[in-house]
Amino acid sequence: MIGVEHYIIVGTILFVLGVLGIFLNRKNVIVILMAIELILLAVNINLVAFSAFLNDLAGQIFAMFVLTVAAAEAAIGLAILVIYFRGRGTIAVDDVDRLKG
Amino acid sequence: MIQAIAFYLFATIVITSAVMVIMARNPVHSVLWLILAFFNAAGLMVLVGAEFIAVLLVIVYVGAVAVLFLFVVMMLDIDFAELRSGFIKNFPLGIAIALVLLAELILGIGAWQAGAIDLGTAGGATAPVAGVSNITALGILLYSRYLFLFEAAGLVLLVAMIGAIVLTHRKREGSSGRQDIARQIARRPEDATIMRQPATGEGVEL
Repeated sequence: MIGVEHYIIVGTILFVLGVLGIFLNRKNVIVILMAIELILLAVNINLVAFSAFLNDLAGQIFAMFVLTVAAAEAAIGLAILVIYFRGRGTIAVDDVDRLKG
Repeated sequence: MIQAIAFYLFATIVITSAVMVIMARNPVHSVLWLILAFFNAAGLMVLVGAEFIAVLLVIVYVGAVAVLFLFVVMMLDIDFAELRSGFIKNFPLGIAIALVLLAELILGIGAWQAGAIDLGTAGGATAPVAGVSNITALGILLYSRYLFLFEAAGLVLLVAMIGAIVLTHRKREGSSGRQDIARQIARRPEDATIMRQPATGEGVEL
């Protein structure tokens, strides 16, 4: 039978894959943002699994708030990306050093 | 039995597509794999009875966030091959950190499974109401106990929307084809027209 452990393991693997994605694609901001979405998805899976197996709806409510913040974060992140690309013509993270002075 | 088969199917596809998201050469493929991952995560949530979150995942993530990613990836003219140049160099470090993180998380899960850590039991206040569908139970909670948090979430979305518009909006150079209402209202007949009484047989000097 499928228990809460199975869901935690799926969430753990997704979380680690998201962190790995940030490290592997250090230059490409778009893929880094997608890796962050993967991490938030892992968090959501954990919240929903515990909510279902502990018979407590608070987890699902919090999953909704995580979803809200993820959507806001993607919108702002991509907007910053677009104006950065307009100014510099590239999105390589290594070149983001304007504030160094 | 059928539930176990469905779980393993969804879980396998979620993890495979997550691997493809971070490994794909072309970011457009990454976005498409991300969409597949979201769909299968929604399937996982349906399996535990969280239908509303599953539907929300499809609507918000696939319908809005993934499409936004697709727009940006396709709109910007980016040399993706150049951005990938550090991939092999970063591989050992990334794998090492991921393995350490995985080991720690497995240690934590193992400690919990061994009974060393007590999980809190659910308080009665947020337990689902018996005989009511998932979405109704969530709605009852959301509009009573979590009303202020719900409104704060709406505020977060509003700020994000205004922020995105302010960031990406740019003023056009020149006023071609643009209506300047203040100038339009300030215009008087005496500025715009001239009265002339031309003498017969002569032209008009404008």
